[in-house]
Amino acid sequence: MSVQTTEYTVSEIRSPASFITSRVFIYGALVFWAFICLFPIYWTLTTSFKSAVDVTQGHLIPFVDFQPDWKGWRSLGLSPDSIFQTSTVRDEFFKRFMNSVITSVGASSLAIVIGSLAAYGLTRYRYRFAWFKNEDISFFFLSQLILPPVVLALPFLVLYREVGLLDTRIGLILLYTLMVLPIVIWIMRDQFNSIPVELEEAALVDGLSIWGAFLRIVMPIALPGMVAAFILAMVLCWNEYFFAALLTSTDAKTIPVMVASQTGSQGINWWSMAALATAAIAPLAVIGIALERYLIMGMTAGAVK
Amino acid sequence: MNPWSGGKGRRTTTDRLRLIAEPPEWARFVADQTSTASQWPADAAPYDLISPARKRLGWALMAAATLGLLATILVQILYKSEVDTIGFETWRPVVYAYVLWGVAIGIGQVLTRGEDGQRALFLLPALLFTIAMVIFPTLFGFYIALTDWNLSSFSGRRFNGLDNFWQMLGDPYYRNALFNMVLYVLAVLVEYVIAFGLALLLNAQIRARKFFRVVFLMPLMLSPVAVSWMVGKSLMEYRFGPAATLARYLGWENPAFFSDPITARISIMVLDAWTFIPFMMIMLLAGLQAMSREILEAARVDGANAWQTFWQVTFPLMLPVSVTAVILRIIFKLKLADIIITVTSGGPGGATDSVSSFIYREYRDRSNVGYGTMLAMAYLVIIVVFVTWLLKFANRFVRNVN
Repeated sequence: MSVQTTEYTVSEIRSPASFITSRVFIYGALVFWAFICLFPIYWTLTTSFKSAVDVTQGHLIPFVDFQPDWKGWRSLGLSPDSIFQTSTVRDEFFKRFMNSVITSVGASSLAIVIGSLAAYGLTRYRYRFAWFKNEDISFFFLSQLILPPVVLALPFLVLYREVGLLDTRIGLILLYTLMVLPIVIWIMRDQFNSIPVELEEAALVDGLSIWGAFLRIVMPIALPGMVAAFILAMVLCWNEYFFAALLTSTDAKTIPVMVASQTGSQGINWWSMAALATAAIAPLAVIGIALERYLIMGMTAGAVK
Repeated sequence: MNPWSGGKGRRTTTDRLRLIAEPPEWARFVADQTSTASQWPADAAPYDLISPARKRLGWALMAAATLGLLATILVQILYKSEVDTIGFETWRPVVYAYVLWGVAIGIGQVLTRGEDGQRALFLLPALLFTIAMVIFPTLFGFYIALTDWNLSSFSGRRFNGLDNFWQMLGDPYYRNALFNMVLYVLAVLVEYVIAFGLALLLNAQIRARKFFRVVFLMPLMLSPVAVSWMVGKSLMEYRFGPAATLARYLGWENPAFFSDPITARISIMVLDAWTFIPFMMIMLLAGLQAMSREILEAARVDGANAWQTFWQVTFPLMLPVSVTAVILRIIFKLKLADIIITVTSGGPGGATDSVSSFIYREYRDRSNVGYGTMLAMAYLVIIVVFVTWLLKFANRFVRNVN
């Protein structure tokens, strides 16, 4: 422990008893909350391997309480023994999964492109749009954040039907882009503000155009911020349910809608529900673990001056 | 006169759409207040090096695009109102026309205004996109709100003035949903306390900090719909859910989480809190990590104990971050819908309804588009007023305390 003593404060070193108490309390609290965060995920994962009896008797620990079985995954057509057979459920699942991937990646990319450009313009140049100045334009973009989906949902339902975008992935992509655009602009504005203007000045002196300076000098520096904004946007789009439930029916249904519509005639098949839920949350869980740094970067942009 | 022409003096009402980085003096540039940018592009291409022919080409392009857009809309309106027989089956060509118009405007800006136009090009895509996606549907929504329109009836859309509004004032379920929103928003304070506690824990001298951070962040990543099924409907299931078993073990004889109004509300709050606490926690953690160690050391040296240090030093310094986190969280909370839709569908008896989930069912179950939209628009007005007030109040609050 000698290495760490300098880190601890004077008062803590003075009384070892209270130091130990505080350690116990801190780790106790950490473990307790980790349990709260992880138990539902554990429950979901294990339920996908349970049979009906094991679910209704609330068995918890595999191999001790119950014998795990590929039941849930077989019903999705994803278990080892059914993976090579044809399965309509699996086909549907992959279709929904691809819809989710395409809409969330498409919307995030579109939002990153137009959001970064706007954020760059707003941090570097002065605009005047009728009587609106830069601050007003920024506020206009950010104020979209408070717009609840329910306000746009019904008009969009009607408008999309008129323009033939109902139940299409393009329609969802456009809406999701709108939904994440304020967040992207928020994060990217913070990013560009932290890049010194002198870099672009030098680039302009060297003969680059303003777009050249942006694309070749500023963009590479701002790339981590873009990744952060992209991932945060991905998470929001992937989990979005409200618009997807209202505006899609057969073709463009996404994973959350498929999860929500899993009620059979004899109640709920918990094992297949759990397998589906696991498949729905797995991609983001992986992203969360692998790219946690960027997620945190995105969420804390602009929060701390 | 063409409204898109640049230049200083001419400001007519047709200039509405003009997007201009103002000519020379201050507009030549960079707005970053702290920078020395004013002398930056001293040698940038002079403003008037654009040949008149190029300007004319730009104007012509923009005028043609605008005419094309207007013509498409006009043809379509005539076709749809059956004055005309030429037209398109859906309104989609109007969308394409709008996109083309946007592109033409962008090119026109560069042609007529050179470098200023290039600058405008940064902002134009996002602006045109947002305006098309927000302003138009919202205005359209206000119109729908004034109609009697039930998708399942054959009579179609009928203008009925403020009838929906009067009906809304007398709707006990809507009032109840609004009241629930107040409760849900108040629950943010509890979430804030927990999030602050967690942030303090993560900021302490601990091992495996990264592990705990990832674990604590996890709930935020998970799809609320999957979570509501697996937690709300399975984990908290009355008969076999482990949460119910635990509650029985702890002495609650009849652990039904969603059957009486108050418990059901609390359960929804807990579910929502579980997903969103990490969001506030991460922001607060960033705030704690940005705080300088010297101040805390100084407080300790002055003899303050941990409790005093927290209330006298940490908490006041964290106030700005806290306010940002709480406000953002409230804004997200005001959109709360999917958990309620999947877990309780508003039940029992509308007790857990949020405004969004109530309107969702108004549409889904009763196809009542006109009335539902009126409710949504009223909600929009309420939350715009509320958030504006909240921002003002928060500003004053932070200033007073510091």
